[in-house]
Amino acid sequence: MKPKMEFEGLSARLAGVFKKLRGKGKLSEKDIDEALREVRLSLLEADVNFKVVREFIAQVKEKSLSAEVLESLTPAQQVIKIVHEEMVELLGGKAKPLDLSGNPPAVVVLYGLQGSGKTTTAGKLALNLRKSGRRVLLVSCDVYRPAAQRQLEILAEKSGAGFFTMDPGTDPAAIARGGYEKARTGAYDVVIFDTAGRTQLDDEMMDEAARIRDAVSPRESILVVDAMTGQEACKVAQAFDEKVGLTGIILTKIDSDARGGAALSIAKVTGKPIKFASTGEKLEDFQVFHPDRMASRILGMGDVLTLIERAQAAFDEKKAEELERKLRKKEFTLEDFIAQMKEVRKMGSFGDLLRMIPGLNRMKIDVDIDPKEWSRIEAIVNSMTPLERRRPEIIDGSRKRRIARGSGTQVQDVNRLLKQFFQARRMMFQMTPEKMGRLRLP
Amino acid sequence: MSLFDRLRSGLKRTSSSLREAVTSIFTGGRVTQEFLDELEEVLIQSDVGLKAAMALRDRIQEENKKRNLKTPEELFGVMEEMVAEILEGVSEPLRTAPSGPTVYVLVGVNGAGKTTTIGKLAERWRGQGKSVIMAAADTFRAAAQEQLAVWAKRTGSTIIAHQSGSDPGAVAFDAVRAAISRGVDLVLVDTAGRLHTKGNLMEELKKIIRVIGRELPGAPHEVILVIDGTTGQNGLNQARVFAEAAGVTGVCITKLDGSSKGGIAVAIADELGLPIKLVGVGESADDLRDFDARAFAKALFARPE
Ligand SMILES: Nc1nc2c(ncn2[C@@H]2O[C@H](COP(=O)(O)OP(=O)(O)OP(=O)(O)O)[C@@H](O)[C@H]2O)c(=O)[nH]1
Ligand SMILES: Nc1nc2c(ncn2[C@@H]2O[C@H](COP(=O)(O)OP(=O)(O)OP(=O)(O)O)[C@@H](O)[C@H]2O)c(=O)[nH]1
Ligand SMILES: [Mg+2]
Ligand SMILES: [Mg+2]
Repeated sequence: MKPKMEFEGLSARLAGVFKKLRGKGKLSEKDIDEALREVRLSLLEADVNFKVVREFIAQVKEKSLSAEVLESLTPAQQVIKIVHEEMVELLGGKAKPLDLSGNPPAVVVLYGLQGSGKTTTAGKLALNLRKSGRRVLLVSCDVYRPAAQRQLEILAEKSGAGFFTMDPGTDPAAIARGGYEKARTGAYDVVIFDTAGRTQLDDEMMDEAARIRDAVSPRESILVVDAMTGQEACKVAQAFDEKVGLTGIILTKIDSDARGGAALSIAKVTGKPIKFASTGEKLEDFQVFHPDRMASRILGMGDVLTLIERAQAAFDEKKAEELERKLRKKEFTLEDFIAQMKEVRKMGSFGDLLRMIPGLNRMKIDVDIDPKEWSRIEAIVNSMTPLERRRPEIIDGSRKRRIARGSGTQVQDVNRLLKQFFQARRMMFQMTPEKMGRLRLP
Repeated sequence: MSLFDRLRSGLKRTSSSLREAVTSIFTGGRVTQEFLDELEEVLIQSDVGLKAAMALRDRIQEENKKRNLKTPEELFGVMEEMVAEILEGVSEPLRTAPSGPTVYVLVGVNGAGKTTTIGKLAERWRGQGKSVIMAAADTFRAAAQEQLAVWAKRTGSTIIAHQSGSDPGAVAFDAVRAAISRGVDLVLVDTAGRLHTKGNLMEELKKIIRVIGRELPGAPHEVILVIDGTTGQNGLNQARVFAEAAGVTGVCITKLDGSSKGGIAVAIADELGLPIKLVGVGESADDLRDFDARAFAKALFARPE
């Protein structure tokens, strides 16, 4: 099985852009256009609505033209970074929880196209809320789909929620009223209404959706959307929003290999936050929505972005210059070493990072530090005198014993740290200024 | 209502149809480079995919060289013809067994419309006086069997079901056995929705199909992949993987009564050569149509009225 076919194609395509633009210094309009052309195609392939793509690309172009040029990134990388940031912003920035404020019961209604995952999502939400100790009532207002009520009843049992519905001959809005009453008198904290699937073209069914809303005055009106949806996602979301006034979106079936561009389309046209993502058929397969992950997925470039982020963190331009100056003067102290270590620690493994840098990737560098060891190292350095930190050569046997005692470590620990330091310093001093210049990513 | 009317009535209420969009960019009355670039983008809006959009664009360019295309009508004529050609090129009617029971297995991702399509197929065969057995081989999803049981009752079909959570292959086996011994005309096997990315579930599907073939040589006569017409480019991945794993013989595109025109069908026929055999145009038992390439192509570029 080859589930990631599309994905690979895109990574390759972006790599192509990088190659073409490698080594150029500044962001010219032509560079931007070239990079954005690839981004545009990849967004269309990811099912982002073509109108949304157009607006989005225009927005990114404007930002790119006025962007401050970061020396550590190539032009293409910079454009991608802006694209990603804009997309995260559009997808809702920080994830937003459900609004369950006010007098209980808090009312949540789920709407959506046929088969998008409403009923399953109702069960998932219930389980999620049950885990935080809330009493939840599930109400089925679907009198059309065969066995829809029974389906929700089973999910209520599984999630430990209460269940309510009425005879399929009943008007769904009346069932909703009945369900609300039961939630109120039964002291439920949250009541979730599952509605029948409907297309936005069906006037009668859309009117019914509005009547259900009016019957229960929801705090949350959620559109449940299949992540595999194509170009129509925009129209669907817009129509539901107009009819019932959405407060948020839940994206389902993101365990598929769909790139999920529909999420971006919907976020853009409705301006409503995506609150949760559904990741499988089981009730536990449910998470808070992460805009940054989704953006990377839509762009099909998760790995590239991490690389850019890491590079930025590691090679903060000013600090790199300072280091370069010091190395020229052959000054590299334990304090510098620790400062460097602190910075790279944020990115995981120092070795990993160095291996990504051309020219450095073949050097054997033994500088990776076990996170558990980190606090020990800090303690050791803190137990040194300022002079010892600047001129570690003077640290002899008796100083080592003192430092070990002061930091609650062993002399071997002090020895190991010093060995690592001297090794790093030797490596640094071997680097010519030209080599230093290459401490920038491709 | 004919399929075409049905599709058109759906299109009527969508705010901007493909036709409108193309007309709105064809302002100069001439096929220019600029127009072609925009055309490609506009075609994307129908979910036909980048590849088909580019092919259509190239065709317009070519045709324009031959005979100066001047009106939107001429453009649509060319594109409609091309889409119809693609779809007709692979079209094939539903197969049936020369003698003994015919077996159809319905497969597809979650919520595509498999169970409902089974209800519709049963309605069709029952209407012709044939006997039908439904096999409830979705033993996983909550109330899947109950849902199928309602369809069995509605259409006067027999349902074979085991306990929830039991082996789906065994259900299919029993259903085929029963059909053979009772001389039933059609067996419809309802499988659980599964994403094509889940290897273990695809293996399970292979096993179901193997079991059927062992019990009745030549069966299943159709493995029908059900695809939601609202699906975007992922539909192509679905079709590719299901075809490989389950030997899909035909595709049913559902929910074409919605605002989507099912453009993904074009990509599937074009890139994978799979025949589209059925379309679903609603939730009722009689909302199933045989696929008509010409009508489909026409609807894709239909004028909103
Ligand atoms: N793989 C996967 N399947 C899902 C997910 N969410 C729902 N499903 C499946 O999708 C199918 C449809 O889900 P339902 O909850 O019945 O959808 P619905 O929107 O209530 O459908 P209607 O009521 O008929 O409109 C079922 O097979 C679910 O198990 C998900 O996140 N991942
Ligand atoms: N509007 C419309 N709805 C359809 C059509 N076909 C199926 N549906 C609806 O889509 C929803 C899902 O249909 P099912 O038949 O349960 O889909 P499934 O593929 O069996 O789903 P799972 O078994 O959960 O994977 C139901 O609400 C159906 O009524 C169609 O052609 N048009
Ligand atoms: Mg439902
Ligand atoms: Mg089903």
